[in-house]
Amino acid sequence: MRPAIRTRRLVTVLLAVLAAYFLMPLYWLVVAATKSTGDLINSSPLWFANPQLFTNLGELFSFGGGIFWRWVLNSVVYAGVGALGATLISACAGYALAKCAFRGREALFNVILAGVLLPMTALGLPLFLLMSKLGLANTYWAVLLPSLVSPFGVYLSRVYAATVPDDVLDAARSDGAGEWRIFAKIVLRIMSPALVTIFLFQFVAIWNNYFLPLVMLSDNQLYPITLGLTSWQGFADRQPILQTLTVVGALVSVIPLIVLSGALQRFWRAGLTEGSVRE
Amino acid sequence: MSKRAAAAFLAPFLILFAAFFVAPIGYALVQSLTRVERSGLLGLRGSTTEFAGLANYGAALSDGDYLGSIGRILLFALIIVPLMVVLSTVLALVLEAGLSRWPRFFRTSFFLPYGIPGVIASIMWGFLYAPGTSPFTPVFTALGAEADLLGPGTVFWSIMNVVLWQFVGYNMLIVVAQLQSIPQVLYEAARMDGATRWTIARTVQLPLIRPALVLVTVFTIIGSLQLFNEPLVMQPLSTGISSTYTPTLTAYKEAFNSNNLNLAAAESIILALVICVLSFGFLRLVQRGRR
Repeated sequence: MRPAIRTRRLVTVLLAVLAAYFLMPLYWLVVAATKSTGDLINSSPLWFANPQLFTNLGELFSFGGGIFWRWVLNSVVYAGVGALGATLISACAGYALAKCAFRGREALFNVILAGVLLPMTALGLPLFLLMSKLGLANTYWAVLLPSLVSPFGVYLSRVYAATVPDDVLDAARSDGAGEWRIFAKIVLRIMSPALVTIFLFQFVAIWNNYFLPLVMLSDNQLYPITLGLTSWQGFADRQPILQTLTVVGALVSVIPLIVLSGALQRFWRAGLTEGSVRE
Repeated sequence: MSKRAAAAFLAPFLILFAAFFVAPIGYALVQSLTRVERSGLLGLRGSTTEFAGLANYGAALSDGDYLGSIGRILLFALIIVPLMVVLSTVLALVLEAGLSRWPRFFRTSFFLPYGIPGVIASIMWGFLYAPGTSPFTPVFTALGAEADLLGPGTVFWSIMNVVLWQFVGYNMLIVVAQLQSIPQVLYEAARMDGATRWTIARTVQLPLIRPALVLVTVFTIIGSLQLFNEPLVMQPLSTGISSTYTPTLTAYKEAFNSNNLNLAAAESIILALVICVLSFGFLRLVQRGRR
């Protein structure tokens, strides 16, 4: 049942218009990142004027004693360490929930799932107060520790861990392997597609998170990129160069995420098909 | 697996979950039910924490600005939820039906904004809206329409555009995933019965992607009611965004600018309740409709 060529052409044109809408802000970002502060305001918004991308990049990385590097590094630490930890912790929990029948298991699982529904913003303030009491506010831990919790990760892990055959586990046990060894050598391997999905999902979520660091951090040496850039934007009316730096910084920070979300798209689609939207 | 082993596997998650999800909720509840009494001139003789009953809730619910922000965000959700569900479903169906060329390119372009942090998206759109740097205002002026995209009357829609731009592709992908899990046999059977593409969409695809549509709806309800980043970033650019524009913004202001943590906690909890009622209410409604 091939669609008529005319329909196909019409639909393609419509989707191309939509694609232009979705891509236009990114195109604008690339163009704007090459402009001087004056041109940013005075030249045509959607076309190049006296491109000076490398001057801007040099300025970005040297401004304020190279603090942008620091923010990049912080974002990588928060998102990388946080996502890795969250993946392993979720995998352990999901495996236990899938393979051990204990009383209250379903109730516990439902409580964890309800965590997905909770507004993060409602948690933010009391979390900040608790962290202050523990003396952890305004430290790496304040952003890292809450990032290790991923209810969605536990959910996906449980779905995948359920597909690990019991025979294999029993065989390993009768060979005398301990539970952790079985988990590390067999279970993690079988669950690896889910683990990649959880890792990517959590990485993007932490990288994009703004509220948590905004609430927790006051020392700009600890800022991730998102917080750093908005702090620059806040000073831009006094120091116009910061306007340009915000734009160039946004471009630099978006590039790795675009690459990652491409990967995420593939894995995540597979992950969801395997079960997470199954009723 | 023995129960001891299971407990060891569960422990790290449960400890962190209790510390960073359960405890803050409990703490917020306690905060919302207490007040800080300062004694002496300017509170110089120290302060004590007292039980306040529902006084903070009363204060929040009798504050016109806070109620206004709740009304605004409910209107926002009422408009964006159907828009989001319809747009993402139509895009997913069109792309998966092979009705166009380059489906992979389109899927990726629609999904791309999801990878961009909300605040960065807001900064970008802020430039695209601001009169001095916007490519749109000249077009609007030429058409004789109101050109101020950040004006009090228009900024509501401008924010909605940013949220749609960010999440349509993400939600589309949830629907695509479910569409791809529909067994090919069903399509073949429908075609043998002489079903048209339209009939297949209506009678085979839509009923089977129902769980994905429910998920998209719930995600959009939760996300839009918590609206925070976009109005916060655009606030300096627009006269239309007050510090109490959304409930989260109000609670944030109350906690960090006015230093009234108890009222902020009550405001956060009221919002959390509204979100729970709406998302669980929606789930119940859908489940009942099913029977």
